[in-house]
Amino acid sequence: MAAEGKAIDALSQFQLATSLGPIGASVNFTQSNLYMIFAAAIILGLMTWGMRARAVVPGRWQSLAESAYEFIHRMVTDQVGEEGKRFFPFVFTLFMFVLVGNMLGLFPYAFTFTSHIAVTFGLAAIVFVLITVVAWSLHGKKFFGYFFPEGAPLWLAPIIVPVEIVSYLSRPVSLSIRLFANMVAGHVMLKVFATFVVMLAGLGAVGPFIAVMPLAINVALVGFEVLVAFLQAYVFAILTCIYLHDAVHLH
Amino acid sequence: MVQPDGFDKRLRDARAKHGLDKGEGDAKLPGGAWGVGFRAGVEVFSALVVGVVLGLLLDRWLGTWPWLFLLMFVMGSAAGILNVYRLFNPRRVKRD
Repeated sequence: MAAEGKAIDALSQFQLATSLGPIGASVNFTQSNLYMIFAAAIILGLMTWGMRARAVVPGRWQSLAESAYEFIHRMVTDQVGEEGKRFFPFVFTLFMFVLVGNMLGLFPYAFTFTSHIAVTFGLAAIVFVLITVVAWSLHGKKFFGYFFPEGAPLWLAPIIVPVEIVSYLSRPVSLSIRLFANMVAGHVMLKVFATFVVMLAGLGAVGPFIAVMPLAINVALVGFEVLVAFLQAYVFAILTCIYLHDAVHLH
Repeated sequence: MVQPDGFDKRLRDARAKHGLDKGEGDAKLPGGAWGVGFRAGVEVFSALVVGVVLGLLLDRWLGTWPWLFLLMFVMGSAAGILNVYRLFNPRRVKRD
């Protein structure tokens, strides 16, 4: 964790290593997978154990589970409309997985699985396939009207259609890059300032006093990262809702 | 009480213009100036990536290097600008 050899090593925290000993090594079960299972277990625990009481006046855990449920339920019905309710389980799963993954990554020694483009792109690809399948099954051939706005002059089609197709294909890319870049940037900054603390503290008599400054920045950064962790999960979910709205209504 | 001269509508428009009322249908994404800037950058970048990759793949398939690559690079830039435009002017004006 410390700065070995006077160098800032901010990227090794994203390195994958196998976990669970020899069993994990033989099937390439990485710590990323381990934290995904942690996240799933936490969500499952919150939803089953937290809701166990089923009290009219909810306790702490029940209230957390209920507010998460209602938050996403309102988001889906607001953004997609009444017919969007069937996508609620999907959006809720996605949101909770990303949120818990981001939050888990903020714990010391924990691994942030959302800081890998492979993971975020995997999630975004699921969204992309879903919106395409939904639009296709609801509208059939009219789906292609999506790539050519009504009322545009026909001779512009060779320009508009490829641009619209590229724009449509860029959705999963931008969705995944946004989440991935935010998580990587935050964790790199935390690591860099944490390394400053260690480096400055070893600077003789005045060192520890100067080291307070990056430490203070890091305290603020952790708070900021909690915000970013929530915000990015929210953005991921709401963009999924917006894309689903486009797929259902198709303008 | 509805004013005859469309006062309510003008008031609503003026309030919406100055951001006092949240627009009905537009999904207001959070984030300050940095957030918006970052989103715009990501939109341009991802459209460019898609355009370039698509161009390279088509070139490899059809053996037309570098022409489709150049064409799709331009298309990708255009799509990036379109994405940023949509970011600030959501396409869905009416709901449902």
